[in-house]
Amino acid sequence: MSAPKTLYDKIWDAHVVSEDADGTCLLYIDRHLVHEVTSPQAFEGLRMAGRKVRAPEKTIAVPDHNVPTTPDREQGIKNEESRIQVEALDKNARDFGINYYPVSDIRQGIVHIVGPEQGWTLPGMTVVCGDSHTATHGAFGSLAHGIGTSEVEHVLATQTLIQKKSKNMKVEITGKLRPGVTAKDITLAVIGKTGTAGGTGHVIEYCGEAIRDLSMEGRMTVCNMAIEGGARAGLIAPDETTFEYIKGRPHAPKGAQFEAALTWWKTLFTDEGAQFDKVVTLKGEEIEPVVTWGTSPEDVLPISGVVPSPEDFRGGKVEAAKRSLDYMGLTPGMKLTDIAIDTVFIGSCTNGRIEDLRAAAEIVKGKKVKDGMRAMVVPGSGLVRLQAEEEGLAQIFIDAGFEWRLAGCSMCLAMNPDQLSPGERCASTSNRNFEGRQGRNGRTHLVSPAMAAAAAITGHLTDVRELM
Amino acid sequence: MQKFSKLTGIAAPMPLVNIDTDMIIPKGFLKTIKRTGLGVHAFDEMRYTLDGTEKPDFVLNKPQYRNAEILVTGDNFGCGSSREHAPWALADFGIKAIVSTSFADIFFNNCFKNGMLPIVLPQEQVDLLMKDAEKGSNARMTVDLEAQEITTSDGVVIPFEIDPFKKHCLLNGLDDIGLTLEKVAAIDAFESQAAQSRPWV
Repeated sequence: MSAPKTLYDKIWDAHVVSEDADGTCLLYIDRHLVHEVTSPQAFEGLRMAGRKVRAPEKTIAVPDHNVPTTPDREQGIKNEESRIQVEALDKNARDFGINYYPVSDIRQGIVHIVGPEQGWTLPGMTVVCGDSHTATHGAFGSLAHGIGTSEVEHVLATQTLIQKKSKNMKVEITGKLRPGVTAKDITLAVIGKTGTAGGTGHVIEYCGEAIRDLSMEGRMTVCNMAIEGGARAGLIAPDETTFEYIKGRPHAPKGAQFEAALTWWKTLFTDEGAQFDKVVTLKGEEIEPVVTWGTSPEDVLPISGVVPSPEDFRGGKVEAAKRSLDYMGLTPGMKLTDIAIDTVFIGSCTNGRIEDLRAAAEIVKGKKVKDGMRAMVVPGSGLVRLQAEEEGLAQIFIDAGFEWRLAGCSMCLAMNPDQLSPGERCASTSNRNFEGRQGRNGRTHLVSPAMAAAAAITGHLTDVRELM
Repeated sequence: MQKFSKLTGIAAPMPLVNIDTDMIIPKGFLKTIKRTGLGVHAFDEMRYTLDGTEKPDFVLNKPQYRNAEILVTGDNFGCGSSREHAPWALADFGIKAIVSTSFADIFFNNCFKNGMLPIVLPQEQVDLLMKDAEKGSNARMTVDLEAQEITTSDGVVIPFEIDPFKKHCLLNGLDDIGLTLEKVAAIDAFESQAAQSRPWV
């Protein structure tokens, strides 16, 4: 009988190509996702060295960061640099023969939404992408993490990565969530507790009843922000919810192969007695709808709270909190629900899936966006957009005064024209509230889709439970 | 890849914690399809006003730190995105080594791919180096990768740990892809075996 293993141990062991005496491993990569921002230099490197893509059939590319989300994008991208970057991806995908979803394809969208939607992401796989939110795919029980451009080139050329094993961390959410509390609140609450470096050097496995109860969409939201907690990857053991989601997707195995895969997938769980290097536990019932007040994703508070004072912190965080409060234009002691909002952004690889749009639409239905506010919904993929239109969600948003956009990363990182102006304050369903993230001197409050919808209606940060 | 062995240079103090990749290189500059030329935009929003004028208070704009080659920073440096544009921008500015109590994993890895040395040290030692860096351009630290030591301007020697494989690659300027391709037979073997055991992949 071998020693009990964690889920991470099992996936790792199944992908080691070779191991050196010092523990440095060559790890095989099953899926490589590619977007336009972090790949051009990697393809250029291949060309210069006369190398090919080793496994083009395991490589999937889609433009997402730069693409405009307004209907006029069919006429081409106006910003020259953005256009060149997207055209470079078009050419690289063609030249190297990799799977590609161009801007004109209905299936185009944010790479981390397209991958699972098309069935590219499967349990027990290793998945990488030149994007830190690759952690999203961990929701399927696949080991998924972001890599830099040099590593993108390495994977393109060799289908492997040079890696040392990370430590095991367990994050358990016990019990049931209360009404109005979502996967986004879980993942933010965890970061609020552990800090943005709490997971550094670790792979997190999320478990517990509240995680089991989540849909695949919710699980993706949780794993997506593992990186904001410092962990390169987050994992959730696959179960019936996972298998049900995968079944029938275009690139998922079919028939006898599905059954064979299922047999293996069902072995992907942490064994009784396996050791974790770090354990964090939160009670599901105690999690409230949360918001961020500062410029780090660890600056999390329940919506019932007040803006903190720098004196509430210790060490280097005192100065950081002063800087954040100044940047955010907030005064200590102010009620979070008194913070007025200019813009609402619903979308991103964190919260741009169908369930997110349903949750927001439920709050918005029959109401109007507060006068003078800008509110937009940016579906995570063309197929999410289509589904939302078929379910009548799009009409709910449009009737309420939201802009209904085409798929892309949009205002999550503001590389396309969707940006905040200096001083503009946004309730956003994205993943980072860094200085300048959504536009220079823009101010970001991270929230769930339901909370973002509530803010759009009232014009200030709002406890969504009051609108339910 | 650029080699790194030993460096004596000016260290700039950046005590702020959680300096993220959006601060190091804002997204507006990620639209390039090249690796070079990003140094002028390193720390862009902290370094320049909206009209492009330098902010005199920002450390790398101060005369004594304009030629800094080492950064001594607050906790969790490089957190955020996977953008290799962050180390590209720092390297292009002239930064070759960074000292902190902790780095974000992806940024840490990316540094090594670009001939840069990130060094993790305990808080007291980072504090000591921060004080040394605050002395300005007359204070020059030495970072010796072979010996795994930092020597402050007044001769205090601080040893540091580093992964032996990463050290080897940095000292010799080795190209990862070249190294891995030497193991292509093992990759072929893995693929054939995986095609049997996990044919759906």
